[in-house]
Amino acid sequence: MNERIKKASRHTNQSEGLIFEKSSPGKRAFELPPLDVPDVDAAKALGTYHRKDGVDGFPEVSEIEVIRHFTRLSTWNYAIDLGMYPLGSCTMKYNPRVNEFVARLEGIATEHPYQPQALSQGCLKILRLLEKCLLEITGMDAITLQPAAGAQGELTGLLLIRAHLEKQGNPRKKVLIPDSAHGTNPATAVIAGYEVENIKSESRGQVDVEKLREQVTEDVAALMITNPSTLGIFEQRIPEIAEILHTKGALLYMDGANMNALTGITRPGDLGVDVMHLNLHKTFSTPHGGGGPGAGPVAMKKILEPYRPVPILVEKDGGRLALETVRPNSIGRVKAFVGNFGVLLRALAYILAYGPGVRQATEDAVLNANYIRKRLEGVYDLPFSLPSMHEVVFSDAVQKKNGVNTMDIAKRLIDYGFHPYTTAFPLIVPGALMIEPTESESREECDLFIDAMRSIAEEAAKTPDVVKTAPHTTRIGRLNETVAARKPVLRWKPATSKSEAAD
Amino acid sequence: MGYPNDRRYTKDHEWLVLKGDVATVGITDYAQHELGDVVFVELPKTGAQVAAGKSFGTVESVKAVSEIYAPASGEVVEVNAGLHDTPEKINTDPHGDAWLIRIKMSNPADANSLMDAAAYEAYISEKAKEAAH
Amino acid sequence: MRYLPKSLAERNEMLAAVGVKSIDELFSSIPEKYRLKQPLKLPGPMSESEVIQYFKERAGENAGGYTSFLGAGVYNHLRSVVTDAIIQRGEFLTSYTPYQAEIAQGTLQAIFEFQTLMCQLTGQEVANASMYDGSTATTEAVLMAERLTGRRRVLVARSVHPEYREVLNTYAKNSGLHIEEIGYAAEGSIDKKFLHASLKDDVAAVVVQSPNFFGVIEPVADLAAPTHASGAKLVVAIAEAISLGLLRPPAEADIVAMEAQSFGLPPSYGGPFAGVVASRDEYVRQMPGRLAGETTDSNGHRGFVLTLATREQHIRRERATSNICTNQALCALAATVHLTLLGKEGLREMAQQNLAKAQYALSQLEKIPGVQRKFSGAFFNEFAVELPRSVKMVNAALLRDKIVGPLALGTSYPELTKHALVCVTETTNKAEIDRFAAALRNTLEQPL
Repeated sequence: MNERIKKASRHTNQSEGLIFEKSSPGKRAFELPPLDVPDVDAAKALGTYHRKDGVDGFPEVSEIEVIRHFTRLSTWNYAIDLGMYPLGSCTMKYNPRVNEFVARLEGIATEHPYQPQALSQGCLKILRLLEKCLLEITGMDAITLQPAAGAQGELTGLLLIRAHLEKQGNPRKKVLIPDSAHGTNPATAVIAGYEVENIKSESRGQVDVEKLREQVTEDVAALMITNPSTLGIFEQRIPEIAEILHTKGALLYMDGANMNALTGITRPGDLGVDVMHLNLHKTFSTPHGGGGPGAGPVAMKKILEPYRPVPILVEKDGGRLALETVRPNSIGRVKAFVGNFGVLLRALAYILAYGPGVRQATEDAVLNANYIRKRLEGVYDLPFSLPSMHEVVFSDAVQKKNGVNTMDIAKRLIDYGFHPYTTAFPLIVPGALMIEPTESESREECDLFIDAMRSIAEEAAKTPDVVKTAPHTTRIGRLNETVAARKPVLRWKPATSKSEAAD
Repeated sequence: MGYPNDRRYTKDHEWLVLKGDVATVGITDYAQHELGDVVFVELPKTGAQVAAGKSFGTVESVKAVSEIYAPASGEVVEVNAGLHDTPEKINTDPHGDAWLIRIKMSNPADANSLMDAAAYEAYISEKAKEAAH
Repeated sequence: MRYLPKSLAERNEMLAAVGVKSIDELFSSIPEKYRLKQPLKLPGPMSESEVIQYFKERAGENAGGYTSFLGAGVYNHLRSVVTDAIIQRGEFLTSYTPYQAEIAQGTLQAIFEFQTLMCQLTGQEVANASMYDGSTATTEAVLMAERLTGRRRVLVARSVHPEYREVLNTYAKNSGLHIEEIGYAAEGSIDKKFLHASLKDDVAAVVVQSPNFFGVIEPVADLAAPTHASGAKLVVAIAEAISLGLLRPPAEADIVAMEAQSFGLPPSYGGPFAGVVASRDEYVRQMPGRLAGETTDSNGHRGFVLTLATREQHIRRERATSNICTNQALCALAATVHLTLLGKEGLREMAQQNLAKAQYALSQLEKIPGVQRKFSGAFFNEFAVELPRSVKMVNAALLRDKIVGPLALGTSYPELTKHALVCVTETTNKAEIDRFAAALRNTLEQPL
């Protein structure tokens, strides 16, 4: 380990088993107030439906044991609160704590989606203001806040496109998807009832416009584009791409995962995009929470507005807001209720904190990515040389000569105190290192990251084995994923867990 | 591991051994090596029809899924059920114990258009050269 | 700006290191005419206290201070403050999806515990790490049944939550699924005769919810045999998960689609919640969503990893079992903590209180002339009542007493315009139930 590198610290070691292994009959961690109505005989009331004994195997522990158990587990996690996640296209930015505070307010967290709308004006105003802000940011005409995440937003967007084309007489058969796209894109297209046709990127990593011209036929419903692309590069010909599609009656869908490069700088609506989703858990700071929840609002041009999922938020006389469900052309609901309201309000809190100054966040994100690119160029192979925006993609081509690949480098980065960058994606770059620092990283953190990456490159050249067998400082080594897939053990059962927790 | 002379090979790294009009099909050592540790195999049911060049199943490693393409057309008459519990055989004995399916071939003569062992070995060494560049 | 850790001097130094004179140069790849010249028209910027003030004002414009008898898929239950103390820890709140297992064992072990709890509750063999919610979990369960059977026809009970059915229809339209609805009988549960008549060998799934939208418990055990005889899969949706503290789990179901909101997630105007799909081991490769599995490292130490990822979109792409990527991880963690706090006895006791209070409320309401329960089937904490006057008028009057009355069923069930759905949980105390009954009696006694 290079002693010059200050950041690295040993991972916390603690032994902690499964909560079921700590249970002891009769212990409990939560008490209810006494029953204040006459009790009933559950067996009599429920007959054969009655579950006589409690849930078999359920934990029985005290409050302090619950606190210690989960606190100890938490110390095994890396988190944004601890340091940078240079994960490309994930936009792991700071999750502001005031957002957590306002989400929990009495009168916000407590509201039932079916309570009278006259008693929900506060919630509806939050939604309406968020709609307006996101329309301003995207340059679109209408929006739905219902989709629960980006993938569901993609599905909603494609269903809107399908409904629009169906109204014109032919939903068409295919969706074009670049070979650099995120996996949710083709998975979603299939669920929307379309065939996927791949479109290859050209030599600079951009959508091949000449190929596009050939591939856009009257069978093509849409192109799903990510902009900037998953290489972090702006699709410079996007207005032309939109034109080609529109001429043939097809539409342009934009995957908005990389909005962190565009907010306040340019607007997808101005570029010719017809419909797009946003990932509020990326660009708009709502917390990842270990994998969710998120929200994937879909913004669209006027032509798609009639097909929006219900309910629709409308403004009535006197500024009163209402949710309307009667919309004959709507594609229906994609999710129960109005959406992930708790996530939506956090995104609004983020936007309110920045105001028009949100452009500064975008500038800082792009500056950080370019700074890292400049200082790692020449150390790592840069397969595509067009300017990077908020993320940069290197490859492991240089290190591979010594048998060190991107996964190894990523694991070694853990020893230096960082979470790995995105490995092995996008698919068009073999051995990719996809790095997105976000605006939340200080210069100091960026420098520590750069120093770590440079040190690892040196190690890959001189002492490759230390990289190939990393990480060395975590409480647990590389786990056997083959066994986990061949013989899946997906739940605890009494007396079957034979291995012991790590020390 | 060498490539036995008793069989034919495809560009997609499948092998075929013919006995009468029944062909036993598997994937080659090269294929299992490219895949890494095999964790699961998805195979058709007996009675299913397979078409030459079309996928009839998949082989999974931890991080990837690969299609398996039929080297010839015909009806599936037997499936190696043991692979369900021990998919790792594909890594340890791809040319023997880890055969995948047996097909009653529509046209047994089709086997002759596939590569023999020498041609296949030349093919994969070309591939190795390409990969190195 | 307080979220940005760079000073002006640092920005200038970094620009110099990159080799550009201004930040605008770094956006030169965007065609000039599309680069914004003016700042966006957005409200703000707001200091922390101003952000709080904004939301406090909004909170004051909602239903604070009202007693509610609403359920219908979103339930008010007690939540311990311990849950927030845990999920607000930065290591849980601000961590990423646990793809790098060595530095995400906290998340992965918690998911493993969640999966275990869901299996214990539902009587199924395997459960996933969460779906968006109950409505999409039910939809995914149906799509899973389609993959397992290769069939396209789906029989759905009308007593399944109306919004769950709407979501299913949205997804079904584009996947070639044919959805048929099966009505309910006088008891309030599925019309078994009609179901049997509709079950042919082209059915992929029979879908019921238990307790159903009317609060009535469905005879899941009786439905399994005829469903399986026709080669279809039995999908059971559960919207009120606390019911599993007192009700036999739907172990005969092939796939369970549960909403875990009742396990410590606040109503939050409809989300975020957490759906779960649970099923049998033999179907696991057709399950959607993430799965955490147990394994060991090279030193033989136990650890957990995301596994069977070849089902998912990032590997299988267009052939994935689902397009889901981000799920409801933090909500599932909250449910895990909540259930661990409640424990075996606490869950049973909470369910018992729900049962007792709902029975008490019904007995008080049925004393009011003209008010009677609509269905006869056994129920947990929700029941439908028939009212002698317009539900809309009754609820308007109750609002004046600061009571949010039961859900009018007429919007979703045109044959039930005189009926409303009452939900009572352990959070409603006797005084409030009595006040509700008195206010209702009073309203109904008013001359028209």
